[in-house]
Amino acid sequence: MSSFWSMGGYARYVWPCFGITGVVLLWNLWAARRSLNAARLKVARALAMAASEAQ
Amino acid sequence: MWTWFYKLASPPYVFGVAASFRPWLFGAAALAIGYGLIAGLGFAPPDYQQGDAFRIIYVHVPAAIMSVTVYTVMAAASAVALIWRIKVGHAVAAASAPIGASLTLLALVTGSLWGKPMWGTYWAWDPRLTSELILLFLYVGVMSLRSAFEDPAQGDRAAALLAVVGVVNVPIVHFSVVWWNSLHQGATIVTLEGPKMPGSMLWPLLSMWLGFMLFYGAVLCIRVQGEVLNRERQSAWVREAIKS
Repeated sequence: MSSFWSMGGYARYVWPCFGITGVVLLWNLWAARRSLNAARLKVARALAMAASEAQ
Repeated sequence: MWTWFYKLASPPYVFGVAASFRPWLFGAAALAIGYGLIAGLGFAPPDYQQGDAFRIIYVHVPAAIMSVTVYTVMAAASAVALIWRIKVGHAVAAASAPIGASLTLLALVTGSLWGKPMWGTYWAWDPRLTSELILLFLYVGVMSLRSAFEDPAQGDRAAALLAVVGVVNVPIVHFSVVWWNSLHQGATIVTLEGPKMPGSMLWPLLSMWLGFMLFYGAVLCIRVQGEVLNRERQSAWVREAIKS
């Protein structure tokens, strides 16, 4: 098991690559969801304003 | 036969398709990346020259391939938007840019971490590395240009023009290792003689590549939904969609 983690002496290059990849993929997911939620919120606010103006 | 193509110009249709494809793409991406990680890290044998450092290719190569693929998608969507004035094209291009930029940065960082033990340096002004860095600048330029205009339509057109002109860098990235003397290794997977890797190393790589493509598709679906909502927020169908 320790030979797996040591990656033949290249652990300090191999594991950061996989770690950074995880961070980039998760960031993409988070940022995309945030932009969709922000767009939804913008439309919902516009709808609420239009409704209050109509009253 | 072309009905499906014409339908892609309709924002409500694209919004619905993106919503329904999204979970399937995420599920398939998780399976492909999961298999690629387990097989690549746990079962593929070490390379006879590079040892275990070669395992970096399981994230570096898919990121590098996707960096040019996403740019090509962005340029094609921009061209469609400019030529046929299809607004969804701008939405797809705007949604692709941050994903492509992050994958290009990932390719550069993982390549640099692979370069240190193999070449003895994190960075060299090598044709492949330099053209990939220019690709990152193009992504940043396209995103900056889009947000630099007060009128979003003008920003869309300017960004689309830059994306289309910048596509000239895509073949330069690909053929840089053939056209110039390069430290970077040449093509390994797609060659006339077939892949230069044994199956035990190749299949995890292909699986990771597929996983990255599916992941891009899934994230693109979310971002396109957001872009379409932003651009169509005055439309009745958007109001109905938000109410429901």
